[in-house]
Amino acid sequence: MSSESGRIYRDLQRAAGPIIVVERVTDVAFGELVEVLCGDGTIRRGTVLDVSTERAVIQVFEGAEGLSLRNTAVKFLGKALELAVSPALLGRVLSGAGRPLDGMPLPFEGETRSIYGSAINPVDRDYPMDVIETGMSVIDTMNTLVRGQKLPIFSGNGLPHNELAAQIARQARIRGTDENFAVVFAAMGVKHDDATYFREELERTGALANATMFLNLASDPPEERLVTPRCALTLAEELAFKHDYHVLVILTDMTNYCEALREMTSARGEVPSRKGYPGYLYSDLAEIYERCGRIKTSKGSITQLPILTMPNDDITHPIPDLTGYITEGQIVLDRELHQKGVYPPINPLPSLSRIMKDAIGGERTREDHPNVTNQLYSSYASVGNIRSLAAIVGAEELTDSDQRHLRFGDAFEAKFVGQGRDERRTIEQSLTRAWEMLGLLPHDALHRVTPEQIEQYYEASSGVDEEE
Amino acid sequence: MESQSVLLRVNGPVVFASNMGMAGLGEQVDVGDEKLTGEIIALENDVATIQVYEDTIGLKPGEPVSACGEPLSVWLGPGILRSIYDGIQRPLQKLYEYSGTFLERGLSTPGIDLEKRWPFTPVKQAGSAIVDLSVLGEVPETELITHRVMVPRGITGSLTWIAEAGEYTVTDVIAKVATADGEREISMLHKWPIRKPRPIAKRLAPRIPVITGQRVIDFLFPAARGGACAIPGGFGTGKTVTQHQLAKWSDVDMIVYIGCGERGNEMTQVLEEFPVLKDPRSGKPIMERTALIANTSNMPVTAREASIYTGITMAEYYRDMGYHVAIMADSTSRWAEALREISGRLEQMPAEEGYPAYLASRIGEVYERAGRSEIVDSDGSKREGSVTIIGAVSPPGGDFSEPVVTHTKRFVRTFWGLDRDLASARHFPSIHWNTSYSEYDVSAWYAEHVDLPWAELRERAKALLKEDEQLQNIVKLIGADALPDKQRITIESARLVKEAFLQQAAFSEVDSYCPLEKQLAMIDIILTFHSLALQASADGQPVHKIVSSPLVEEIHRMKEAIPAAEMERFVDLKRRIEAELKG
Ligand SMILES: Nc1ncnc2c1ncn2[C@@H]1O[C@H](COP(=O)(O)OP(=O)(O)O)[C@@H](O)[C@H]1O
Ligand SMILES: [Mg+2]
Repeated sequence: MSSESGRIYRDLQRAAGPIIVVERVTDVAFGELVEVLCGDGTIRRGTVLDVSTERAVIQVFEGAEGLSLRNTAVKFLGKALELAVSPALLGRVLSGAGRPLDGMPLPFEGETRSIYGSAINPVDRDYPMDVIETGMSVIDTMNTLVRGQKLPIFSGNGLPHNELAAQIARQARIRGTDENFAVVFAAMGVKHDDATYFREELERTGALANATMFLNLASDPPEERLVTPRCALTLAEELAFKHDYHVLVILTDMTNYCEALREMTSARGEVPSRKGYPGYLYSDLAEIYERCGRIKTSKGSITQLPILTMPNDDITHPIPDLTGYITEGQIVLDRELHQKGVYPPINPLPSLSRIMKDAIGGERTREDHPNVTNQLYSSYASVGNIRSLAAIVGAEELTDSDQRHLRFGDAFEAKFVGQGRDERRTIEQSLTRAWEMLGLLPHDALHRVTPEQIEQYYEASSGVDEEE
Repeated sequence: MESQSVLLRVNGPVVFASNMGMAGLGEQVDVGDEKLTGEIIALENDVATIQVYEDTIGLKPGEPVSACGEPLSVWLGPGILRSIYDGIQRPLQKLYEYSGTFLERGLSTPGIDLEKRWPFTPVKQAGSAIVDLSVLGEVPETELITHRVMVPRGITGSLTWIAEAGEYTVTDVIAKVATADGEREISMLHKWPIRKPRPIAKRLAPRIPVITGQRVIDFLFPAARGGACAIPGGFGTGKTVTQHQLAKWSDVDMIVYIGCGERGNEMTQVLEEFPVLKDPRSGKPIMERTALIANTSNMPVTAREASIYTGITMAEYYRDMGYHVAIMADSTSRWAEALREISGRLEQMPAEEGYPAYLASRIGEVYERAGRSEIVDSDGSKREGSVTIIGAVSPPGGDFSEPVVTHTKRFVRTFWGLDRDLASARHFPSIHWNTSYSEYDVSAWYAEHVDLPWAELRERAKALLKEDEQLQNIVKLIGADALPDKQRITIESARLVKEAFLQQAAFSEVDSYCPLEKQLAMIDIILTFHSLALQASADGQPVHKIVSSPLVEEIHRMKEAIPAAEMERFVDLKRRIEAELKG
């Protein structure tokens, strides 16, 4: 009764939010891709979330808005959502679900792959070791980015995360090499302006020909956001692991992604965990963030730079929190620094690069690098306490060492963290600048660097700043 | 009338199957045409609820399901060490050979290589009496561990035949035992259900510390062999690095490292580092004593749930051989979340934070599998083994009042609380002296094994830290300069305890592992400085002179500057401190 041909069903029982339920189906697979044939002749796509002998629960990527139970048919396609991926997609602009937006047909070539991917066998992973020089002191020195790392930017509304990501994409270079480089950009629910900004930035630097953009804008259906990063990473995996590209994947804004997921799960009536997000948000995000790294059997790599805005600037909110638990560090933007006019407003204290420890020092960057990093962290951490004390007793009442720490703190923020939007500093220049900052401190406050390093770098730089 | 079981419903990793009335709870099942591995987690009438250990995309209602007749089990026998498995003991190296970079599903491979031949040497003779776990022979499994081939549990009687020394596969019969129910053939391989603890014959009190070479642990908050420990901390506070440090340096015989729902690269790091890193005691690569379980965050959540039990069962097996085993589980929160996810799919009534009401009892069951035990063989010889469980906990927002931390606290007796502020200032390990504790009484062992009075030094150091904590509240308001001399000395000395002693960089060549002797020499120097400085200041020496002495600088640098091989330099340093402050 209900089925027209073997694979088309009309028995829609329920439509709510992004979810529709079809009754009396047979031979339907979990995760199967469907086409929803709407009464007005348009076609939406969706995927099977739950299937039993009686019914299939389907999530519609474009949402169930406007669907009538009577006039809609569902066609089961017998496969999961797939994308044909190849280097021919470079230079293209696609929708958040991988359909062309630039008026050109999709290339014929390409491997058809499920967008859900599979886990990389840890046995075949290769530990990331090659430093990416971004030209920004606070990143290169204190939160070094490594090729194959997943390093998110934790931001807030109105903070310059887009500029920062674009600057990294523009300036990133591997010390001493020049290899196939590609950018895969996935926008989820971002403003039109933000997408245009990135496109223009890539154009300006001539990187557009080697970039693919997957765009789901704020006005596009939220359900589609759930597949956008997966489409982008399916392409990235093909480029990196089959064609030896070094791929930088920018995912923005993961907060919109998570909100779309929350919307979908609450429409299904699932038991929520913190703040209404599903209990499996961690696993879901891990499926995205873990599609990254290097493998032994290919020269390419995937480096991920996800961007997320922290609701209310709260780093303990489930989205930044679970992200931080999965990614290999985080770069945290700080509203106070931004208000002080510091660009990039990166607060090093909550920021972290977990992979840098094996990638810096000695031959790789410079012998003093690890110790300088630790010293900067430790000294800048004490600045906070001293500032609070100064606010109570007055700066004049402080010890000489404390006063020098205050001066260090100000200079560190303005001259070390702060730099021009087009300024590119080499790692050596950043380290030299770091020593200029440390030169403001008494040498017996520097326990994280060795006496030899003090002799070699501190003596040379102390006092320099005073004259500027 | 037998009718075929088929899938009725697929809801992510949880599926439902018909006609399962004959199957048992906990039984392993093959699901679907691809025979994905699953386990029955609930039975109602004839319908079984099954958690599937692999991705279920593409499964359809109507596909066949068949019960395997036994509970989900691990394979036990030589070859576990140096292996890397997924959560249900599939060897990842083998899977890589079959499917390449990306893991494919439906591959089933035994956890133990069935073809490999091992040199077996009998240690019992025909005619010997046999009891539970009697050792029949030995196999050199790795350079560090001799595998003791034991009679499986539940077999007693007398040995009628034993194989001669020679090479055998794990399935070859190597002994025959006459039991009350007839003769039993025994090979080097057997299976054990992962959720069933292997019994402890005789439980011994956890009174021997695990020496880890980490000062904040060995000196302030020691772990005990057979004990249960937790490392809670927000992201980036140092759980994984601490677990890696413990896996590398602990003075146990064997490590089972479980990457439970964490990063792929962290497992890769272990795989790259452990085969080259040398154990400080034997000089052999530490991989020779390590078994790895990697069920990373993007691998199936159900297998993540199983991974903890798989690891513990392996550990118990080596404990029964008479080895001291430590398990690192990173992170138990991901395991708890897997429970939550499955419970959600079953539409069970949630308790706190969406976790099922049985969360606490499950946590308890896991930690209760820790223990130190004594086993008596049929010839009267005794052997001792232990399982120490060290679980990382990843509380949302770093908040220790959430359910997994609070329930874990009920079952562990060593608690290493990691602190966000210490981590931000790069004070590592960020184990905070105020929130951490250890309730294991290991003082008798220390009194017997080290020269300096550990218990007394520890009390003095703790008192100093306590006093400092109170003073710091005042310092925040008025600055250290405004304090009386005596208190300034206390603050300076406490700073030495925190920075020169407790801080220990995992990546330092010299300081990554600090032998006990050096630990105690270091703290002795700092406490000596403290008491002599107080005395000197009371005698009129100016404080600023005392605290800015080059000797203070030397104390700050002693952990890096004085290697453990040059202990006499600590004696010299102490002598010079005494000379300066008494002079
Ligand atoms: N003992 C230590 N010595 C030096 N650095 C450490 C130590 N513990 C942690 N760290 C630093 O902190 C970072 C995060 O530690 P990690 O153990 O990965 O955190 P978690 O597992 O709690 O998220 C590491 O990448 C390292 O830089
Ligand atoms: Mg960790």
